[in-house]
Amino acid sequence: MKKRKMFFRMITASLMRRRSRMIVALLSIAIGATILSGLVSIYYDVPKQLGAEFRNYGANVILTATDGSFARADMQKARTAVEEDDLVGITPFRYENVRIKGLPIVAVGTDPESAKKTSPYWSVDGEWFSSSEEVMVGANVAEKFKMQVGDMIEIDYSPEEKTDSAPESGVINEDFMYATVTGILDTGGSEENYVYMNLPDLANLCESDEKIDIAELSISATSDELKSYVDKINSTVPAVHASIVKRVTASETTVLTKLQALVLLVTIVVLALTMICVATTMTAVVAERRKEIGLRKAIGASDKSIIQEFMGESMLLGFFGGLLGSILGFVFAQQVSVNVFSSSISFRPLLVPITVIVSIAVTGVSSLVPIRSATDVDPALVLKGE
Amino acid sequence: MSLLELKNIYKIYGELHALDDVSLKVEKGEWVSIMGPSGSGKSTMMNIIGCMDKPSKGQVLIDGVDVSKESKKNLTNIRRDKIGLIFQQFHLVNYLTAVENVMLAQYYHSMPDEKEAMEALERVGLADRAKHLPRQLSGGEQQRVCVARALINYPEIILADEPTGNLDEKNEEIVVDLFHKLHDDGTTLIVVTHDPEVAEVAQRTLVLRDGKLSKEIVNENFTGKIRFDDQNPF
Ligand SMILES: Nc1ncnc2c1ncn2[C@@H]1O[C@H](COP(=O)(O)OP(=O)(O)O)[C@@H](O)[C@H]1O
Ligand SMILES: [Mg+2]
Repeated sequence: MKKRKMFFRMITASLMRRRSRMIVALLSIAIGATILSGLVSIYYDVPKQLGAEFRNYGANVILTATDGSFARADMQKARTAVEEDDLVGITPFRYENVRIKGLPIVAVGTDPESAKKTSPYWSVDGEWFSSSEEVMVGANVAEKFKMQVGDMIEIDYSPEEKTDSAPESGVINEDFMYATVTGILDTGGSEENYVYMNLPDLANLCESDEKIDIAELSISATSDELKSYVDKINSTVPAVHASIVKRVTASETTVLTKLQALVLLVTIVVLALTMICVATTMTAVVAERRKEIGLRKAIGASDKSIIQEFMGESMLLGFFGGLLGSILGFVFAQQVSVNVFSSSISFRPLLVPITVIVSIAVTGVSSLVPIRSATDVDPALVLKGE
Repeated sequence: MSLLELKNIYKIYGELHALDDVSLKVEKGEWVSIMGPSGSGKSTMMNIIGCMDKPSKGQVLIDGVDVSKESKKNLTNIRRDKIGLIFQQFHLVNYLTAVENVMLAQYYHSMPDEKEAMEALERVGLADRAKHLPRQLSGGEQQRVCVARALINYPEIILADEPTGNLDEKNEEIVVDLFHKLHDDGTTLIVVTHDPEVAEVAQRTLVLRDGKLSKEIVNENFTGKIRFDDQNPF
């Protein structure tokens, strides 16, 4: 294969010894490849990045009881149906009617640590409750009873049958608790009307077993993945019924689709610009080397070998441009990711060969027309004196 | 049978008859000079003999085969196999070394062979310049690389268009000496030149004027090994 060896010797010589000429072409290909591979990285990482971002706006799956209420064990079982990496948090809630200073109020039993994860947007003036003598009250409750952080309050429990009837007189509060208000909850929603405490504390107050009315899950996943999680929970845990919070996932999907469409559009524009740039450069290269083409033809080059040589050169350029671009593209995507989503993206080794191949193909295709015009050069021009 | 025969060749550009009824025969191993003022049609004739162009009318016989009606592709093959070209402007590929430029002709012809290419450079006295790029060589050296490239595939005819036009006297002598060697080896040479000193060392000189062959001068004192004394009608 001596002929092939000479072929590579020629095209590498052309690139290496005409470096200053080729550097412009190489740069335009490398920049195109950089932006393309960077955008592809972003395109695939954006759903993950934004998914995590969206989880700041609350739960996207809700577990309700198929029969009244369910146990913590059922919630744990549902939890195992979700991949550990995708699960942002799972929070139980139990609602009971209680009284403060004789007025009916809803008390919510939950787990503060997981509630912080599923509802990160909740803003607390003071501290979250932690021990059994602590509660957190909604802003409306605090206002109604003129409560402040640090106040001690009494909470009375009266079974449902009794609260329904008006407490005219002689109602005996069988169960009660004293607790310190550690924080005032501000959410902008109905949560401001409730009193929050630990789930076991509420069970104690009601003198009943621990039970859960609903549980909220925050899962970092696409809407399709979310659907399959919900199906899995529904089929494996009969005590609960899982459903997607449609309003949240639908808007997430819309934003993602729009963003991906935008990235795709930019990709196409960059691709087109790169092709135009390569085609222009190759046209200039062919024009500049008319004499050389004429000479090659005069000493016996066929049209086919002229095309092969120029194609070889432009594909070699595509190779180096793609290699450079895939490295710079990762850096570019990383920068965007760090600056916009404040998280890093993973390096995808497969993207390197893909970028290189696409870059070679794009360079090859955009060089087709300019290189074809090289075959129009008349070998007789080498005898024209200049 | 003559190696090359032109029969009533015309090359017409619009009104202009660049070649006007030219006929000529060149025998194998002959050394012929072509002279004539600028614009008389010398390069046009070279292009036609070198299979880079077709005549408007007439026949071009190489080894008895008429090539005047061949397709571009076939002309390329004939040129590659039978013709070696030397130009006034050298036309070396500027990013290839001397030896690579010689190998280029092998590459299109058959197989590149660095050893053989080096031998050709040795013949023109440039073995020590083989790895130099054209811009690192003097004009004379570049022209000698051209000669090496032209002879590497053992062509039947070497065509040289003003080969010494861009050279000083010393380099002109070196190139003419090379032509003597080529001729002694039996190569057929057709050399276009302005320079009477270059022309008169050939066996005969044809003079072109306004596209017509106007005169033939036979060199009685030709010093080469091979002589052709038969008169050539044209
Ligand atoms: N491609 C062409 N188109 C039109 N006229 C041409 C072309 N090539 C050569 N000529 C004309 O033909 C004549 C002979 O040209 P040429 O063979 O180059 O002369 P020489 O080499 O003897 O100086 C000139 O008048 C030139 O202008
Ligand atoms: Mg001329």
